[in-house]
Amino acid sequence: MRIPCPYCGARDAHEFAYLGDATLTRPDPAAPDAEGRFFDYVYQRTNPAGAHEEWWYHAQGCRQWVKVARDTRTHAIGGATLARDGAATSGDPA
Amino acid sequence: MSRLPVGGLIDRARPLAFTFDGTLYRGHEGDTLASALLANDVRLVGRSFKYHRPRGIFSAGVEEPNALVELRSGARREPNSRATVAELYDGLEAASQNRWPSLDHDLLSINGLLSPFLGAGFYYKTFMWPAALWEKFYEPVIRRAAGLGRAADEADPDHYEKLTTFCDVLIIGAGPAGLMAALAAGRAGARVILADEDFLPGGRLNAEALEVDGMAGAAFAARLRAELDSLPNVRVMTRTTVFGVYDAGTYGALERVADHLPTPGPFQPRQRLWRIVATRAVLAAGATERPIVFGGNDRPGVMLAGAVRAYANRFGVATGTSTVVFATNDDAWRGAFEAQRAGARVTTIVDVRREVAPALTREAGALGIRTLLDGRITGTKGKLLTHVDVIANGRRERFATETLAVSGGWSPSVHLTCHHGGKPVWNEALAAFVPGTCPPGLEVAGAAAGTFSLGGALREGRTLGAKAAADVGHTSPMIEAPKAQDTPGAATAFWHVAESVGPAFVDLQNDVTAKDVSIAHREGFRSVEHLKRYTTLGMATDQGRTSNVTGLAIMASLTGQGIAETGTTIFRPPYTPVSLGALAGHHRGKDFRPVRLTPTHEWARAQGAVFIETGAWLRAQYFPRPGEKDWLESVSREVTAVRAAVGLIDVSTFGKIDLQGPDVGAFLDRVYINGFAQLGVGKARYGVMLREDGMVMDDGTTARLSPEHYVMTTTTVNAAKVYQHLEFCLQVLWPELDVTIASVSDQWAQIALAGPRARDVLARIVDAGVDVSNEGLPFMGAIEGAVMGGVPARLFRLSFSGELGYEIAVPARHGAALADALMTAGAAFGITPYGIEALGVLRIEKGHVSGNELTGQTTAGDLGMGRMASTKKDYIGRVMAARPGLTDPDRPSFIGFRPVDPAQRLRAGAHFLTPGAVASVENDEGYMSSVAYSPHLGHWIGLGFLKNGPSRIGERVRAYDPVRGNDFEVEVCSPGFIDPEGERLRG
Ligand SMILES: [Zn+2]
Repeated sequence: MRIPCPYCGARDAHEFAYLGDATLTRPDPAAPDAEGRFFDYVYQRTNPAGAHEEWWYHAQGCRQWVKVARDTRTHAIGGATLARDGAATSGDPA
Repeated sequence: MSRLPVGGLIDRARPLAFTFDGTLYRGHEGDTLASALLANDVRLVGRSFKYHRPRGIFSAGVEEPNALVELRSGARREPNSRATVAELYDGLEAASQNRWPSLDHDLLSINGLLSPFLGAGFYYKTFMWPAALWEKFYEPVIRRAAGLGRAADEADPDHYEKLTTFCDVLIIGAGPAGLMAALAAGRAGARVILADEDFLPGGRLNAEALEVDGMAGAAFAARLRAELDSLPNVRVMTRTTVFGVYDAGTYGALERVADHLPTPGPFQPRQRLWRIVATRAVLAAGATERPIVFGGNDRPGVMLAGAVRAYANRFGVATGTSTVVFATNDDAWRGAFEAQRAGARVTTIVDVRREVAPALTREAGALGIRTLLDGRITGTKGKLLTHVDVIANGRRERFATETLAVSGGWSPSVHLTCHHGGKPVWNEALAAFVPGTCPPGLEVAGAAAGTFSLGGALREGRTLGAKAAADVGHTSPMIEAPKAQDTPGAATAFWHVAESVGPAFVDLQNDVTAKDVSIAHREGFRSVEHLKRYTTLGMATDQGRTSNVTGLAIMASLTGQGIAETGTTIFRPPYTPVSLGALAGHHRGKDFRPVRLTPTHEWARAQGAVFIETGAWLRAQYFPRPGEKDWLESVSREVTAVRAAVGLIDVSTFGKIDLQGPDVGAFLDRVYINGFAQLGVGKARYGVMLREDGMVMDDGTTARLSPEHYVMTTTTVNAAKVYQHLEFCLQVLWPELDVTIASVSDQWAQIALAGPRARDVLARIVDAGVDVSNEGLPFMGAIEGAVMGGVPARLFRLSFSGELGYEIAVPARHGAALADALMTAGAAFGITPYGIEALGVLRIEKGHVSGNELTGQTTAGDLGMGRMASTKKDYIGRVMAARPGLTDPDRPSFIGFRPVDPAQRLRAGAHFLTPGAVASVENDEGYMSSVAYSPHLGHWIGLGFLKNGPSRIGERVRAYDPVRGNDFEVEVCSPGFIDPEGERLRG
């Protein structure tokens, strides 16, 4: 699997560390139902067969967190954006 | 000798000697072990897996189910090697396997007589009950009886490489289609890799006597290879098997660099594991011939017809003094004619079809070969084949023959097309499975695609090679395809002779018969996946190359479904077995992973350090001196020296993170539980950070060097994890914060100096003007200044030991010099290097938590640091740490322990029980996490977690350690065993 790092270009997946679901937002800790929302944020995950937005960290490259659109069935990469600025790049090089 | 007087692609001028089961034989360069054995009339080469039936060479390629041997001896002994692809070399040693006491007289062949009881599902039915007998009785017996070869008993003396390479177009297979694909793509200018598992490119061009452009096929292959070698953009890799298709155009390949040599040359690896990254690929893997299932079809002498043809044409070997052909297709007839012309005596062709092309029967007649149409072989005779029984046009006959060449048609080698989940598709007209959906970027040419004529394969390879090159931007005029035989050859689907007498084998390697398939059918195991697992069909090391299609076709006929509806099992990587040595590469033993050395490693070695692996690091464990009887004596001396005078230790392994920007203070407030925003310039502070689930992730100190410049230390093990976490916080959670961080772990050497004379030593190495007095550098102070005459340094006044302590950081290249300077400056005070054992003792005496306590399952409260947590701000993990389960006062929390009997040695891992309570999980009150012998106190001390620990000081509990047989009382005490008021470190 290769991930098109917006900073470095297409790089082998071995250079990256995986975190998981990138659609989650850290809840407002001051909200009255913060505990329940944090519980969901920390533990509750869907495990989709198909399109998935996920965080990958280019540990052995630019050290940027990259939001990657990946199909969990085929490993086809739909695109990748830097977490920090949301700059879009092209999809799967194959 | 069965070597034909002329012909073949062997070098008759270069004889090679080899042994099989201790007997010396001769072959030639260009032989395989199988061809050389056949040339020496060795027809019995092994015993079958389950019934120990005698078996001979069956094929001429990787599909071989029978001729598995142990190659080489000693540490290089390799079991289950296929003789049909083992390249002969001078001095090769081979031994048959799965026989006892000898190949000729195998006592376990009695299993064959038991075959009525050893059929499909035998293991499942027999060994289900009682389960206890399995381990003690059945498994050892079966392992002895059901033999594979023996692995080497010694460590592999060879080494293996792993490499990655890139190309535009990867061509898999150098038969007619692959060679033309490589030529077309190569001439167009694409970067091409042509990989072939054989040592001689050409594929069936070498095995058959067909002409291409008016020249012999083998000569044509050699000419193409020469041109490919001359193209700088083309790389031909022989002895290289592409075994898997992975994501995004990544292919796994195994290159057998030195398998054809007695031992690898100097600095030569035995094998190379390649990751080939290719934009496009053309699969030209050819096809595998299918046998026909009939009674006694496993007898030595029964072979694939294409193999008989290959041995005659490529190796100049007649496989027997006479040959009968049993076929369903035209191609087998052409093979018979070629073998006859080459000098192998073909007497008869038996074909299941009622009619064949008149040209075939005419040619057979002209060559003196008898033909029997509508014929079937029903049985065979002889330990080595002597006779075959034939039924043709309703008449039965028995012929004498040594070889029976069988062909049930050809199955395209579609394996690699399935590696992304594609399923082969049954093609009724070809009576074969052809590729279904292929992995992206891969197309299939030649026989692998079901294009069985030579002319068709050459054309298709050319076209797809050119197309692949064009896809990556290299277009050129289409080259002309060479002229060759263009008749695809008719074939009939025929699988099993109903009139069979005797066991009729479907899977020769796993001894699965047609009857086993019918048992599976009768008992309801009818899907291909069930059939496979119930009968073990196709599950041997040959992966069912010659049996899968036949087995499922027989099942299809039993169920009445078509083959298309029955479907086929899926092929997964690897295509052929890959040795574990190649997969491991250089990552063996001490080279399993890189070792990190501290900047003072050589200095520590010169000091006599004993080293220990801590994660990836090699660190000084302790520094023994002459006369010390064990590690404990050395460690106690080091600890005492620190407490009495001064010692030094390299702490460069800590993670060091540089943080800069106007928002660093705010950022630290969010990642640490305690406050950092108010930390003054020139100050350091201890901090604890949590994971978002509320558990402690790491601890360490962070110092503020200037208003917008901080430096953080992390524990050694969590250095990478914390850095990644901080980047996540900055890039994902709070991109609005103006903070930039960088790992500087490798850039700075850091040495801790501890003991009452630490300041005296430090003062002697700092440059003029650097004030390290108690006022200039108070406890938890952090300043920048030069040492050793101009070396920039960071000086932190920190203490992990409880003594007056400093950490001195200098650019990594000055680390060893700093250690030397400290030793020189401290000589007058008795400065002592200490290792991580003494470091551990010092911190346990002081009651500091460390890796043993930061388990990922402990909260700040558990660690006695709940009061550090700020209530004035939010931070990572705050909300979840407030969950009732994590704030329960009954949770085991951090406290100290001392043995009631001072002579007792404490052990980490012991669990705590109320005296008198039964040792049960319900009564468990916590556990000991760290222990040390305290030279200061003269007995063992411990740290650990106990329910309500801090409120039970003075109480006695039972430390129960059934693993080591310890069970005695300990007293709960403050974890601060030394200087609990902290006077020493502030002095
Ligand atoms: Zn990158």
